[in-house]
Amino acid sequence: MKAWGQRLTVADYGLVAGFLLLCAFLAVLSPTFLTASNVLNVARQVAVNALLAAGQTFVILTAGIDLSVGSTLALAGAVTAGTMVHHGIAAGLLAGLATGLLVGALNGLVATRLGIPDFIVTLAMLSAARGLTLIYTNGLPIGDLPPAFLAIGGGYLGPIPLPVVLMLLVYLLAHLVLRSTVFGRYVYAVGGNRKAAAYAGIPVRRVRVAAYLISGFLAALAGIVLTSRLATADPQAGAGYELDAIAAVVLGGTSLFGGEGQVLKTLLGALILGVLGNGMNLLNVSPFYQEVVKGVVILLAVTLGNLRELRRLLSSGEAG
Amino acid sequence: MDGALLRVRGLRKSFPGVQALGGVDLEVRAGTVHGLVGENGAGKSTLLKVLAGVLRPDAGEVDFAGRPLPFGSPRACQALGIRVIHQEFSLVPGLSVAENILLDHLPAHGLLLDGRRLRTLARETLERLGVDLPLEEPVARLSVAEQQLVEIARALSARARLLVMDEPTAALSEREIEALFGIVRRLQAEGVAVLFVSHRLEEVLSLADPVTVMRDGRVVATLPGSQAEADRLIALMVGRQLGEMFPEGERRPGPVVLEAEGLESRGRFAGVDLRLQQGEVLALAGLVGSGRSSVARALFGLVPLTAGRIRIDGREVHIASPRDAMRLGIAYVPEDRHREGLVLNLSVRENVAHAALALGGRWGRVDVRRERAAAEAAIRELAIRTSSSEARVEGLSGGNQQKVVLAKWLGIRPRLLLLDEPTRGIDVGAKREIYRLIHRLASEGVAILLISSDLPELLGLADRLLVLREGRPMGLLRREEATHERVLRLAMGGAA
Repeated sequence: MKAWGQRLTVADYGLVAGFLLLCAFLAVLSPTFLTASNVLNVARQVAVNALLAAGQTFVILTAGIDLSVGSTLALAGAVTAGTMVHHGIAAGLLAGLATGLLVGALNGLVATRLGIPDFIVTLAMLSAARGLTLIYTNGLPIGDLPPAFLAIGGGYLGPIPLPVVLMLLVYLLAHLVLRSTVFGRYVYAVGGNRKAAAYAGIPVRRVRVAAYLISGFLAALAGIVLTSRLATADPQAGAGYELDAIAAVVLGGTSLFGGEGQVLKTLLGALILGVLGNGMNLLNVSPFYQEVVKGVVILLAVTLGNLRELRRLLSSGEAG
Repeated sequence: MDGALLRVRGLRKSFPGVQALGGVDLEVRAGTVHGLVGENGAGKSTLLKVLAGVLRPDAGEVDFAGRPLPFGSPRACQALGIRVIHQEFSLVPGLSVAENILLDHLPAHGLLLDGRRLRTLARETLERLGVDLPLEEPVARLSVAEQQLVEIARALSARARLLVMDEPTAALSEREIEALFGIVRRLQAEGVAVLFVSHRLEEVLSLADPVTVMRDGRVVATLPGSQAEADRLIALMVGRQLGEMFPEGERRPGPVVLEAEGLESRGRFAGVDLRLQQGEVLALAGLVGSGRSSVARALFGLVPLTAGRIRIDGREVHIASPRDAMRLGIAYVPEDRHREGLVLNLSVRENVAHAALALGGRWGRVDVRRERAAAEAAIRELAIRTSSSEARVEGLSGGNQQKVVLAKWLGIRPRLLLLDEPTRGIDVGAKREIYRLIHRLASEGVAILLISSDLPELLGLADRLLVLREGRPMGLLRREEATHERVLRLAMGGAA
């Protein structure tokens, strides 16, 4: 616990402060922002991207990247829906999650066994999985899903939407895995210094594959949530979501070079992006401008993080 | 079993263009500290990497405790009790000191990390070493010396039967070295075998018995401690004869080109004075890591100076970037030509043009015809063997690639040429040609700063040699007074 407490630096508080500031700002400007229904609405909207971003964090921590999560989401959603229609809910869920694991396994094995850069492997998968989705669905949405299934995306636990509960559970678990398990340490080691990890006898390839499995699994979970919420599996679902997921990870301060970052800060990154979008909707900002603002915010946040890092280096005595 | 814990036989390993190990035989007994010495490039590090399970050899066998050692599996080697302190840091910057110390056997209950035992074990290990480090701190925030201690602590954190130490003292203080040696002796008494590699001969002589000398990828001798003396070891390390490799002929030094006083780059080198005349070759000698390359890189604006002044032609200058340096007529041929010297997938013509392109004033059209003419002139003058000026550089031999790098820099007509390991990894014939080229350039009035780990090369080419050790100048020798032994002694720390 203490080890990780110490790793909270000024930059982290900056992220929290930025988030609170954004919320305060929106609360003043829009009377609806802080209403319970809007807050829960934002949380529910954030859930899908947050699930993708959690998996993405694992992959990026190992110094990889998973561009295929948007397509995996769609494929898993379609397989879930398609299976469910004929074989029931349980079979549908299992098939969907298995699809995600399969995609993750393929990504991981091709990247580690054939030595192809992660970027290219998952870029190829982005295309291939989308194609498979279109083949599987004939390009048409799958509807008529059992009502019980729709509860996953639309139901509540007390006042809290189920997708939000799921998201919080996943982050709690991810945080525990990264913080308190041997595997978690291996993830940081593999991303922070791959050679050192290999020298220390850490099964580097298996750790990388595991990260892709987690990412694929969570993408499938996100696909199930989205399908349930929309009551259809749309073959075009999730297009471009990989970029939002990566943005959340980066916004949360995780290094794209691997080995540094925390999954809970990814959640914060996803929340910031979600609140920003919601706030701009409430303020009637044109969607065209919204994209620009999002881009600027990402750059700004990362630059501020870098500046602090830079100042720390300078003050530690080098350039004196 | 006849006492040898580790038995290496006929070990061979080649890298593209270099034979690192050419059939090594070695035996290390339990309960001994076995010294291993040799010049840079003698093959020591390659040998250690095989023992660590990091590298697979091309041929040969290694028996450990009577069983064949599995190659290419660090985990298996660790399980057998081989612990290695690597020379290059193998720490994970974002993980804490405790996590790094126990990285290869993190304590756990099932899947869960056991944080308390992690800290206890790490603390115990550090106490055995007699040092105090903040267990929770990410190693990225530690000093180099502290990182080295973490590295050592990792190797000591589990029971070892063979402890391999590759330059373990390079960054340590006297007190820390004392503590380390105390541990080594205690482990020895417990029956552990220690393979101790160091450039510091006095350390080897005080700890090790026997001492093995390697040269050019082979073991040339293994001496019992009673016969191991610094002079003898150095003579064995040096070995080879200087032939007709080097061009003869007078060079007449002209006016002073470079004057530098009190150059310092914190953490790299300090107190370096340089003076270099036209037509002169000044060598920077020293071991790898002695700061030689950093000095050259500072002169080329790649490493920041924290103190000192530089004058070119008597005028004080500031060199903050390679561009500044190039405008002053300084060229730098880097140590790692693949990574820093060439764009491998481009043609000879394009590579030759690069430096001139960067200096070419404002951006305009690239004049391919002129580039080709320049490249073809260079191919003729430097005898670059290539099918044409359009051939990709990656298909050329090491020597010809190096000539392309030289041609690129000669294209800006440098007055001061910084050469960092200009002949590393290239064959003898190409070396000769490069030596002749260096001599010719100097005769034409170029001032040359030459860095090389190949001592005969320095002795054969340089007018004067400045020997660095751990970032500090240890002595300036004129060509007549420079001998192999003398330079090595200065470089390794000993009276000249």
